[in-house]
Amino acid sequence: MSNETSAPLPGRLVGSGLNKELAQTRGVTRRQVVGGVIGLTGIALLLGVAPNITSDTKAFAFEPPPDALEISFSPVLLISLIGVWYVAAGVMSFLPARFDRLALIGQLVAAALAVPLVLAVGLALSDARATNVTNLLDESLLLATPIALGAMTGLWCERSGIVNIGIEGMMLGSAGVGFTFYAILGNATSTPWLWVAILVAMLTGAALATLHAVLSIKYQINQIVSGVVINLFALGLTGFLRSEVIVPSGNSKGVATSEIEIPLLHRIPVLGETLFSGGPLHFAMYGIVFLTWLVMFRTAWGLRVRSCGENPHAAETLGIRVIVTRYQAVILGGFIAGVAGAWFAMEAQAGFEDNMTNSAGFIALAAMIFGKWTPWGAFGGALLFGFTRALGSRLQFLNVEIGDFGIPSEFFQSLPFLVTMVVVAGALGRAVAPAAEGLPYTPSK
Amino acid sequence: MNNQTSTDDRPHRWILQTWNLQPVLIPLYAILLAFIVGGVLIALIGVNPFEAYWALLRGMFGTPDRIAGSIARSVPFIGSALALAFAFRAGLFNIGAEGQLLVGGLAAGWAGTWAFMYDTPGIIAIPIVIVAGFVGGALWGGIPGALRATTGAHEVITTIMLNSIALFGTRWLINSTDPKILRDTSASVPRTKEISETARLPQLVDSQPPLHMGLFLMLGLCLVVAFILKRTTFGFETITVGTNPHAARYAGVNVNRIIILAMVLAGGFAGLAAASEVAGTNYFFQPGTFAFIGFDGIAIALLARTNPIAIIPAALLWGSLLSGAPLMQQEADVSIDVVRVIQAMVLLFVAADAIVRWVFHVRDGTESHLDAPTTGLSSA
Amino acid sequence: MNTTGAQVPVLEICDVTKTFPGVIANEDVSLTLNKGEIHCLLGENGAGKSTLMNVVFGLYQPNAGSIRVRGTEVSFDGVNDAIAQGIGMVHQHFQLIPVFTVVENVILGDELSKNGLLDIKEARRRIRELEQQYGLNVDPDAMVGDLSVGQQQRVELIKALFRNAEILILDEPTAVLTPGEVDDFFEVVQSLVDQGKSIIFITHKLREVLAVADRITVLRNGRVAGTADPKSATPQSLANLMVGRDVVFQVEKAEAEPGQTLISVNELTVDDDRGVQTVNGFSVEVRAGEIFGVAGVEGNGQREIVEAITGMRRSTSGNVTVLGHDTTKMSPRRITELGVSHVPEDRNKHGLVGSYSVADNLVLNRYYKQPYAIRGVRHAGPVDEEALHLVEQFDIRTPGIHVPVETLSGGNQQKVIIARELTGDVKVLVVAQPTRGLDVGSVEFIHNQIISLRDQGVAVLLVSAELDEILSLSDRIGVLYRGQLAGIYEGKDATREQLGLLMASGATEPEEVAR
Repeated sequence: MSNETSAPLPGRLVGSGLNKELAQTRGVTRRQVVGGVIGLTGIALLLGVAPNITSDTKAFAFEPPPDALEISFSPVLLISLIGVWYVAAGVMSFLPARFDRLALIGQLVAAALAVPLVLAVGLALSDARATNVTNLLDESLLLATPIALGAMTGLWCERSGIVNIGIEGMMLGSAGVGFTFYAILGNATSTPWLWVAILVAMLTGAALATLHAVLSIKYQINQIVSGVVINLFALGLTGFLRSEVIVPSGNSKGVATSEIEIPLLHRIPVLGETLFSGGPLHFAMYGIVFLTWLVMFRTAWGLRVRSCGENPHAAETLGIRVIVTRYQAVILGGFIAGVAGAWFAMEAQAGFEDNMTNSAGFIALAAMIFGKWTPWGAFGGALLFGFTRALGSRLQFLNVEIGDFGIPSEFFQSLPFLVTMVVVAGALGRAVAPAAEGLPYTPSK
Repeated sequence: MNNQTSTDDRPHRWILQTWNLQPVLIPLYAILLAFIVGGVLIALIGVNPFEAYWALLRGMFGTPDRIAGSIARSVPFIGSALALAFAFRAGLFNIGAEGQLLVGGLAAGWAGTWAFMYDTPGIIAIPIVIVAGFVGGALWGGIPGALRATTGAHEVITTIMLNSIALFGTRWLINSTDPKILRDTSASVPRTKEISETARLPQLVDSQPPLHMGLFLMLGLCLVVAFILKRTTFGFETITVGTNPHAARYAGVNVNRIIILAMVLAGGFAGLAAASEVAGTNYFFQPGTFAFIGFDGIAIALLARTNPIAIIPAALLWGSLLSGAPLMQQEADVSIDVVRVIQAMVLLFVAADAIVRWVFHVRDGTESHLDAPTTGLSSA
Repeated sequence: MNTTGAQVPVLEICDVTKTFPGVIANEDVSLTLNKGEIHCLLGENGAGKSTLMNVVFGLYQPNAGSIRVRGTEVSFDGVNDAIAQGIGMVHQHFQLIPVFTVVENVILGDELSKNGLLDIKEARRRIRELEQQYGLNVDPDAMVGDLSVGQQQRVELIKALFRNAEILILDEPTAVLTPGEVDDFFEVVQSLVDQGKSIIFITHKLREVLAVADRITVLRNGRVAGTADPKSATPQSLANLMVGRDVVFQVEKAEAEPGQTLISVNELTVDDDRGVQTVNGFSVEVRAGEIFGVAGVEGNGQREIVEAITGMRRSTSGNVTVLGHDTTKMSPRRITELGVSHVPEDRNKHGLVGSYSVADNLVLNRYYKQPYAIRGVRHAGPVDEEALHLVEQFDIRTPGIHVPVETLSGGNQQKVIIARELTGDVKVLVVAQPTRGLDVGSVEFIHNQIISLRDQGVAVLLVSAELDEILSLSDRIGVLYRGQLAGIYEGKDATREQLGLLMASGATEPEEVAR
């Protein structure tokens, strides 16, 4: 019997076709499920939460004190109003198909309202009087930076047809190698060497990406295996560098990049500081997301990259060199991963710890899929994750208690992961990967 | 027949003619190449690679105790690798073994401390702990499986998320002192109470870590999985789903059911590995002891090309390397991370065997490229 | 240099040989194309037609021989060289990217840019110009995936013309068009020729060849079997050249003796993958011992109907009764167990597991039953026995029963599916596109198998886009148009013209194509 000879390794991240077929045999639509959940939450809010929380007034603060602009509100009222909307959105989801548009809007607004809702509930259940929203946004954007960068890396690879789960390794490797240079050559303090180190990080990212590309394209090994190799290799290499080079040098901690403030704009009240001041790599992230969108969707080369990911044979019949294009895209992605690595080790802090990327590469993958393989969508996913992370810390800080039961810190730490799961499982709808991703490609001869 | 013999080829052909070693030759060469790369790294920091490797090898196999220790270290890897390998066969990428191990271990550790267990004879107590571990892992594997089957949420993301959730969840359950949930407050580190003496797996060798009956549990598991895949209709259906789910559906296979079952079993296998550790090595559950076992399991499964029997030598290699590394660190002053690099290279060279063939001038023999990715769950 | 009066052929293929490991695809093939000519390249599947054209188009490098364009010898390093010489190719399987727009598909590889960014406006303008010039109407901003097959083909033509192709190679262009679309297509071809283009037309459809060709070359097994003059050739003479022996066109079959109604479909409505209702109230009754042929161009709901009947897809309303049981909501396996066999339209996707052995594929519908498996454990002995038996009975050409089925030729792969589905306790057979892409010999064989099954009292529902097949096999014929049966005829009463008209249903074209 033949089933032992082939050892099929999954080559792709998303199976879209089969889901369509499976969906045919179920009766209920995704929209209804999501709507149902929202509706039930609304009912829970109205019946369970609102009556049982404190009637004190709380406030949302914008901008750090002493300029803080405060908006006071009654949690009971706010939560009740949101609860009403949730119930309405739930009901709308069960209307006939004509009202699909309406139901979608209802759900989206419900999603947006989740933010003030959670904050309000958190405040209501804690002793604190107010919570600073600007800070929250600040942190969210910060935490989203490496995710967004990683997602762009993933985008460039996957859109060209190469599955890349080695983003984690690329980031980690660049962080480690980059910081090693900084520590040895610049004592982890010298600014010119800092920038050299950042460049080295980018080159390391590109080098690891080249390895992935060679393994996937030239040797045609299973691309998931190749990604795992990169991750493992980076883990070992950076651990090695840390214990054998960085720590002995005495320069394990150092001076990170200095914050940049965009003149004038950063003085805008409320959002100015948040949006217009930050580290250079953080700003680079915005640029990279924008450029990814521009190049991928508005230039000839971007069109070609995408064609390689959708139908490489068709691209070939039009004279496009699929293999060359794929190498280019993957290596470009590698450079971007290098920026992310540099952010970890030279901007968020100046130092390298073992496994400091801590699954960021995988979360970036989730963000990419969340964004349906588009740059702005992926950016949104990164923001979502960064936000829930920041929110988790904030709620932890507020010492939220239900009755006498203090919610454990671990719950808040797992919040971003829970939210991502819920989003991926519930709200996404069909995610369509580039059609040809993961498939080996051999040019005609 | 082939008349051309390049001088490079002759030793190999002699070896091949004497023993049918072709399937083993490439992996052996791959290991050799990996050690060479690692050696370069070691040399770069000024240490003699041969000294370092000698220490490594002695750490791995130097004394009978060390051998036992290496084997013991490899045991849990078998289960976690099976967790991935089995799911892979169904076309599912289960990287959630980390989390499945944690939940399985927690369940096993908890079950072992149930009041009645302290008076129950081993013949009942041990299976209870083992089964508890299986159920815990199966549950944690079943969640992404169910999500995959019902919502199409694919398991790469959900399993990674669940890994972290499991980590935080078990940490909370173990760390929490107010209220005290599972923590053994008399212990110096956060962990569960020690499980009943009767629920402990008999020890075979008092090595570091101890080698115990868990070895046979895992070996038996390999055989069971191999049998399922090769000989049963369930295994046939699973592999069909993994190879061509459309054809599977057409052939009447309930694809959703297979997906969920495959993940449940895969998670269960990880849970069994965790139970074996809890019941045989530590006698309690402490989250930290499972770090990286799931991650390593991925690499081992890929190294073994998801073949359950091949997982045994692959896990052995992996575990031994990790087991021997501390001696290398101690004697040759080389960081244990070198071993990770070697591991990465082994995986790389086994996967990209074309590189190995090129380096050692081995002709492409009977093996068809097992690595050419099938499209698994490709779209229309 | 050409002297006055003697026209240099616009394309000359001289003794081209192209081999792949283990197979000689083209051997010493020569062919000339004159300016403004329609030259038809005829041959069975596997004769080497597409390979030859891929060589001309620069996708493949010939192992021997040469190619001259307008008298000068050329050597193509790749597709770009061929395009530069004015050669354009429309492949049999469209090389389009469904998620891109028409404009994007057309300009890909030859993009217009302004200031570094794509100049879509200019591209759009040029495309509209070409559309006007040659009568090819397609919305440039439509997503190609949403277009009908006929429209997609026009996109392919625009792609070639956008690159100033003077020599157009069209590979099986009419394979997926309705008779109405085929007429439109030939109008476009005429327009192209009138404006000086030269065309090589690859096909296996004999009638079309005789209708449009200026000259005909027939390939067989990679070599030129002969040339023909459309004025004197007949379908029979061409077929004989193609196959090398006398070909029987019409299948011999006895009168049908229909019995009880075994399949009864009532007002079925089904949605396609995108949630669009593609089947709009389909009803049919098929009796034991009869073959009911559903004619129609692909995209009118055939796939969804077959999938709904065999349990692979949920219908949204209506019901299906098979052998007395309501199977509307039954799972595929339960329906199979009632005695329903299904030969799927897409053999690679649904019908076979490519990497599995021939033996495993032969028992794919009964691997779980005794004696192939007992209590969940499979037994190789009975499987192999059955496989050997079927291989012999159906004359499946394979080196052994343990080789991966994907190594077999298309015809033999289909035979594996036929062998599997037509044996056992079959009471009802649903068969879709059974002979697509197969050589004439295999077609004959499979048709005979289906007839034989019908003679044993099986109710056969045949779905096919090949009108010849429908006419030759069916006892009763229904034409599927836009998800409904537009008319039902007795097999012997139906004519091609009637059916063709119904398939296109007058002036309008089917507008929905399931992907």
